[in-house]
Amino acid sequence: MIKVENLKKTFGKNEVLKDINVTVSPSEVVVVIGPSGSGKSTFLRCINQLETITGGKVFIEGTNTTDKSVNINDIRTEVGMVFQHFNLFPHKSVLQNVMLAPLKVRKISKEEARSRGLELLKKVGLSDKAEAYPNSLSGGQKQRVAIARALAMEPKIMLFDEPTSALDPEMVGEVLEVMKQLAAEGMTMVVVTHEMGFAKEVGDRVIFMDEGVIVEENSPVELFENPQNERTKSFLSKVL
Amino acid sequence: MDFRWDIIMEYAPYLWKGTLLTIGLSLISILIGTVLGLGIGLGKMMRNKLLSFPFKCYIAFFRGTPLFVQILLIHLGVVPFFTGETNGVIATIIALSLNAGAYIAEIFRAGIQSIDKGQMEGARSLGMTHVQAMRYVVLPQASKRMIPPLGNEFVVLIKDSSLAAVIAAPELMYWGRAMASQYYRIWEPYLAAAIIYLILTLSMSFLLNRLERRLETE
Ligand SMILES: Nc1ncnc2c1ncn2[C@@H]1O[C@H](COP(=O)(O)OP(=O)(O)OP(=O)(O)O)[C@@H](O)[C@H]1O
Ligand SMILES: [Mg+2]
Repeated sequence: MIKVENLKKTFGKNEVLKDINVTVSPSEVVVVIGPSGSGKSTFLRCINQLETITGGKVFIEGTNTTDKSVNINDIRTEVGMVFQHFNLFPHKSVLQNVMLAPLKVRKISKEEARSRGLELLKKVGLSDKAEAYPNSLSGGQKQRVAIARALAMEPKIMLFDEPTSALDPEMVGEVLEVMKQLAAEGMTMVVVTHEMGFAKEVGDRVIFMDEGVIVEENSPVELFENPQNERTKSFLSKVL
Repeated sequence: MDFRWDIIMEYAPYLWKGTLLTIGLSLISILIGTVLGLGIGLGKMMRNKLLSFPFKCYIAFFRGTPLFVQILLIHLGVVPFFTGETNGVIATIIALSLNAGAYIAEIFRAGIQSIDKGQMEGARSLGMTHVQAMRYVVLPQASKRMIPPLGNEFVVLIKDSSLAAVIAAPELMYWGRAMASQYYRIWEPYLAAAIIYLILTLSMSFLLNRLERRLETE
């Protein structure tokens, strides 16, 4: 489903990702953890090419995304992304946020986009907010709209970059709940998070990243209870 | 000091004609300048340094030299070069448009760049092209922020159009000066002109304020 080979990314002289190799199978939920600045966001952003990669290859469903003949916009329609700061469109209502890309990119009819959008808002528990504007929502509600917006493109893969880090603690649960539901439905997910509870409960695999390399990866139980690497141990001792 | 209302009355038809020309000149220049400004602003933002360089030069030139000099250059140099004769009205429209284009380009650029990068990324992550993301997400938000500085620029342009008097474009200031030199009077012609300019600029501000408020409640 996702195959990352020898991925390298540098910003100027700063080598942020050094030779990353990851394979994600269909319906797998991979959780990425690691200290601040270790390159987790950059890794996610390289998967859907929000960052141009410096070296290596990223395959999405067998398509080499760095191939010049590949239209990156087509790839992105298959890969939804949820950001730490939501990035909702403030000039559009909640429903319009969800409808925009299906209308303009998938070019489906307004009626279809609308009914699908309402369905998705129901799924994330926000039917009553369809006509509201993002600025009137709480953080947890915003993030659920952002998830619905990404799902509206019917992606096969969802990327989450610290979706709950900008939320007040009491709102974290409602967003994780939606993500758990997605995972249970078989969505392929790559999730950067500091929510170790979520990683244990939902993750099939946990990747620990530090300084641009994958230091250790394992099942959540193994990685949390029996970390092999010193850096993993010291990181976990700080966050668990 | 006696104030000679009679010469204002005598000149009223001319001042009226001049005012209409001032309005016409300004509106046409605002229109051309805005279109030009959008193009030049987008040009300046191009990532390729070589391609954006001419646009940067354009902006630097028109913002860095006096409008008065630009008007004279265009009136005495550029227009005669192409048409073989001078024409004050056309030279004024060209000069005002080119000059406003440079300022408006910067307004567009600043407006677009004031929108959080996350907006573009959010749109692109959904599979929208750069153009779609600009059109449906960035520009609608940026245009609201551009209205106050654009309004400012339009007001400046109306006032600057008075420079056309020196190249004999028969706009408001031209007739003011004509009145002054015919009667050797200072207060009547220049106060009359000042008040008319003030009415024009206040009307412009008023219209733009209304537009801004309308967009805000949308
Ligand atoms: N656009 C950019 N330009 C230059 N450097 C960048 C850019 N984006 C990220 N970096 C650098 O890359 C490194 C990794 O950043 P990244 O955001 O991927 O880390 P992270 O693991 O997501 O951290 P956090 O937990 O704080 O989100 C950092 O040193 C950061 O300064
Ligand atoms: Mg990050």
